[in-house]
Amino acid sequence: MKRAGFTTRWLPILLLLPQLSIIAIFFYWPAAHAVHSSFYLADPFGFGATYVGVDNYADLAGSSEYLKVARFTLIFTLLVTFFSLALALLLAVKADNIIRGAKSYRTLLMWVYAVAPPVAGFIGLIMFNQSWGPLTEAARAIGWDFKLGVNFNDTATAMVLVAVWKQVPVNFIFFLSGLQSIPKPVREAALIDNRSARGRFWDVTFPLLAPTGFFLLIINITYALFDTFGVIDTMVKGEPGNNPMTLVYKVYVDGFRGNDMGGSSAQSVILMLLVLALTIFQFRLIERRIHYT
Amino acid sequence: MAQVSLNNIRKIYPNGVEAVQQTSFDIADGEFLVLVGPSGCGKSTLLRMIAGLEDITEGELRIGDRVVNHVDPADRDIAMVFQNYALYPHMTVRRNIGYGLKNRKTPADVIAAKVREAAEMLNLTDYLDRKPSQLSGGQRQRVAMGRAVVRDPSLFLFDEPLSNLDAKLRHQMRIEIKALQRRLGVTSVYVTHDQVEAMTMADKIIVLNAGRIEQIGTPSEIYHNPASTFVASFMGAPPMNLLDARFEAGQVRINGGTPLLPASGSGPVTVGIRPEDAELTPEGPLGFDIQIVEELGGHRLLHGQLADQPFTLHVGKEVEARPGAARVNLRPEALRLFDKTTGQAL
Ligand SMILES: Nc1ncnc2c1ncn2[C@@H]1O[C@H](COP(=O)(O)OP(=O)(O)OP(=O)(O)O)[C@@H](O)[C@H]1O
Ligand SMILES: [Mg+2]
Repeated sequence: MKRAGFTTRWLPILLLLPQLSIIAIFFYWPAAHAVHSSFYLADPFGFGATYVGVDNYADLAGSSEYLKVARFTLIFTLLVTFFSLALALLLAVKADNIIRGAKSYRTLLMWVYAVAPPVAGFIGLIMFNQSWGPLTEAARAIGWDFKLGVNFNDTATAMVLVAVWKQVPVNFIFFLSGLQSIPKPVREAALIDNRSARGRFWDVTFPLLAPTGFFLLIINITYALFDTFGVIDTMVKGEPGNNPMTLVYKVYVDGFRGNDMGGSSAQSVILMLLVLALTIFQFRLIERRIHYT
Repeated sequence: MAQVSLNNIRKIYPNGVEAVQQTSFDIADGEFLVLVGPSGCGKSTLLRMIAGLEDITEGELRIGDRVVNHVDPADRDIAMVFQNYALYPHMTVRRNIGYGLKNRKTPADVIAAKVREAAEMLNLTDYLDRKPSQLSGGQRQRVAMGRAVVRDPSLFLFDEPLSNLDAKLRHQMRIEIKALQRRLGVTSVYVTHDQVEAMTMADKIIVLNAGRIEQIGTPSEIYHNPASTFVASFMGAPPMNLLDARFEAGQVRINGGTPLLPASGSGPVTVGIRPEDAELTPEGPLGFDIQIVEELGGHRLLHGQLADQPFTLHVGKEVEARPGAARVNLRPEALRLFDKTTGQAL
């Protein structure tokens, strides 16, 4: 491929400058700051900081509480990602069979996407209200005494439910448009080649959805890890106590509630590395493997 | 191998479009039937009903001795080749060709052997491990053919399979498909809007117009005895000349006087003649004002006016012609008469 070139060397740099400065101010600078403070023990009252080397990291590795939160985050992410994707795919396949292009259904579902995470969390609180929440009552009807904010597993279940509910519409839209971009003749050829609808789905539809699915997988993992902050914050009412929380929420709790800036920074750095790993994984796989045309 | 019969088949789409009006015809065992007609005339709809990809609104469809109206496409024992080939983009050529067999519980070694055989027949052996995106248009076309032949179906269906190829490749594939069909003897229905494809490939042609059958016949019947002015002007390149004339005193007369042939009737009539059935001769009874000479190497086409009506004449390369006045003779035995208002052959 032929490359178009700039005649001067300064023009491209000048053009990139606004974008680069935004990234520098809002990302690199705070990130560098976080890395820096992760090696210090900050005085809770803001009177200076002491260099402690990797102590903050060592503390984390040895902290059973941190490991417990990490384990919960892993399970939470797996569950949210799996159910968000699976439910959305199921809905999209069903919708695709019936509506084929009808837009109203899509728009209706898309509304949920417009709900901000804290609001979603708040709706969750209402649904699981201890005395009159409809979902609490539904749980009671099957003999499950649901105690949001009190029982660890119940709270975790509610968090997963709300997080999934909030994410399904996004995935649905992507899956539906992915399904509708599969050429009609290809589906028809499959109709002639294979009488089983299930077989056609796994042999033809699913592989052709793989690029969409993989893209969504990364999006959903990122969502479950980071963007569920608002949901969790609302549902534990800022009273973490014995309640489940994710790593991102713990950064906030330790840093701003516990005033442990050093430990909190160390946790942020670990999360940054996680994001880095995810991004590399995404680029490696998405660019190389899952492309057909 | 199967005989196919359509009995009063009709198709109305949910939006109310009547794409195919009541239609009945039979396709004999091993016959190559071509459905031809202008865009939107319902060719694809008819084919897709036979394939089971569209519901049949009314009527009965039989393949072999079964009524298949409500049989799944996969159970109709058919294979279809689509216009855009419709290959599975994520499967190799080998898996594309073998996919239909795999779902019919064919043992793996039999599939492998059949795929190899089909690939050899279609010159695809070197490409078996490629994905469709790594093939040329002609090669993809062959893979689509391979996918159809490997299953030994009792009926082949083709929906404009060559329309995405360039002229040369189209010509070559036309011959290959026809030869393949001859060899395998599989009953085939082939949809095209290209009348040359229809003429050269068909055992039998059905000309469709606006959801209706205009004519069913062999290529020669359709060409020489078109059932209507629609068929006359659709089939043949250039099409049949159609001239306004009148019945007068036991003769068909053109130009207010020149008698063309004796016939009884009254009032206006349309006279049709193929461009190669008129001859340029100084003694000809009709004046022909040549305006354009189209040089085509092996022959020439002379376009101009005959009795103030557009007319085209086909002459051999040995006949000299230049723009200007000339005289022509229309061979009486080649003249066809059509009702002036309905367009039907008389
Ligand atoms: N799914 C559909 N719903 C409604 N009307 C349709 C549908 N498919 C086709 N039609 C209409 O039915 C008529 C016949 O369409 P069809 O596709 O059979 O034409 P065709 O002869 O194959 O044309 P072409 O040569 O352009 O492929 C057209 O008027 C078309 O607009
Ligand atoms: Mg068509």
